[in-house]
Amino acid sequence: MTGMIRPNTLALCLILFMTGWMTGCQTPASHQNDGFYDQLGQRSGIADIVEDLLFLIVDDARINQSFKGVDVQQFHRHLTDQLCELSGGPCEYTGRSMRELHADMAITDTQFNALTENLILAMEKNKVPVGAQNRLLEKLVPLYPDIRNL
Amino acid sequence: MIRILTFMLLLPATLPHAQASDPGSRIWATGGVTTIEGSAGGGLVPWALLSGYASDEEWGGTLSLSQAKVDDYSLTVQAASLNWNNRVELSVARQTLDLDSLVFVLKDGFGIEQDELRQDVFGLKVRLFGDVLYTPWGQWSAGVQYKRQRDFTVPDTIGARDDSGTDLYLSGSKVFFASLFDRNLLVSGTVRATRANQGGLLGFGGDKNNGYEFMAEAAAGILLNRQWLVGAEYRQKPDNLNFAEENDWWDLFVAWVPDRRLSLTAAWVNLGDIATLTDQQGLYLSLEGSF
Ligand code: HEM
Repeated sequence: MTGMIRPNTLALCLILFMTGWMTGCQTPASHQNDGFYDQLGQRSGIADIVEDLLFLIVDDARINQSFKGVDVQQFHRHLTDQLCELSGGPCEYTGRSMRELHADMAITDTQFNALTENLILAMEKNKVPVGAQNRLLEKLVPLYPDIRNL
Repeated sequence: MIRILTFMLLLPATLPHAQASDPGSRIWATGGVTTIEGSAGGGLVPWALLSGYASDEEWGGTLSLSQAKVDDYSLTVQAASLNWNNRVELSVARQTLDLDSLVFVLKDGFGIEQDELRQDVFGLKVRLFGDVLYTPWGQWSAGVQYKRQRDFTVPDTIGARDDSGTDLYLSGSKVFFASLFDRNLLVSGTVRATRANQGGLLGFGGDKNNGYEFMAEAAAGILLNRQWLVGAEYRQKPDNLNFAEENDWWDLFVAWVPDRRLSLTAAWVNLGDIATLTDQQGLYLSLEGSF
């Protein structure tokens, strides 16, 4: 999940897609896809969740200051890709590493909890079943030390 | 939509929402409920969780009222707690044990007129490290419960040595996400050093054993969703008095947390033999408010 856009990979995917070899581009995680990515509503469902999450963030005095002035389009795209990839979908997160992105923000537990809460509320709003919510949270929990820069 | 969002995020000032009235930022149900000794946990066993919902930049607390009605006794507990920065928990609990049928045993056998036993418990719990949700090794806390028995005549008569005592415990709790049926599983273990007889209601130390002993306590619960937790607890107990055998405790519980502000817990508790009256089982109910 680290690092840069890899144009070669993208180009390769495009070619493979056109030749009907799409599976070749998917991350190993997608092979064990047993409905969890689908239950999130695939990439478009995840995009809706992230949009609702952004609205909740804007309204949340615990964290909205940190987000002042971020590039919303890019944020939306990157976070959607990240959650899509983590849930075993055919996406690739191309943004910067979690630690690099969040290191300077000195994010507190209060803020981390606030974001987690808003994500759960956004998933609930999009009728994501509890089991699928938990599966996604399970994938996000390992990011905690990077995001809090511990 | 995204355009509107961009505009909102460009707004210079925050929209100061009425967050001050919220009990805190920790995720729903991670405050546990209030034990009969006032510390956060389940019903009978303290967990590594600190009370209420305060996170690292917040403070909060709880008020609770609990009652256990077993065959020959009823126990009422009023408790309050404060949580500072999810680091330190302070608690007080007042327990009142109605002796119901033991009143006659005491009167006929010992000539004692006593219909209740009261005890105060002052608790301090410190989160040492970790977070119950976010860190691989879970959350670890150490605690102290200073207990003061307020009606010592009965415990004194049946062989207890002291009317006050201090329990020390170490507790670890962790939530495993998406475990059984993709539900989150809470597991908690506690080791307690204690001399308390029946938690202290029958005094501390005794004619059979008077020293500190280590007791193991455990709990496990499944979060059906973020409002319902069902599980079980087990609490090993010392056996210090020749007068009557003391047994381990266990319970099966359901906790409903409709909101951070409120929790309601119901449990089936089995307290074993208590002061010669055997196999004490019954219903436990606890109502807790968080602020
Ligand atoms: C599970 C928790 C989190 C995840 C998965 C996550 C994920 C991400 C991702 C993927 C990005 C990149 C978006 C982009 O490229 O524009 C990002 C950026 C950002 N995150 Fe987080 N984040 C988390 C927690 C937090 C918290 C708790 C805060 C602060 C309160 C926060 C504040 C930000 C900000 C302000 C940016 C924009 C940084 C920039 O544009 O330089 N994040 N996050």
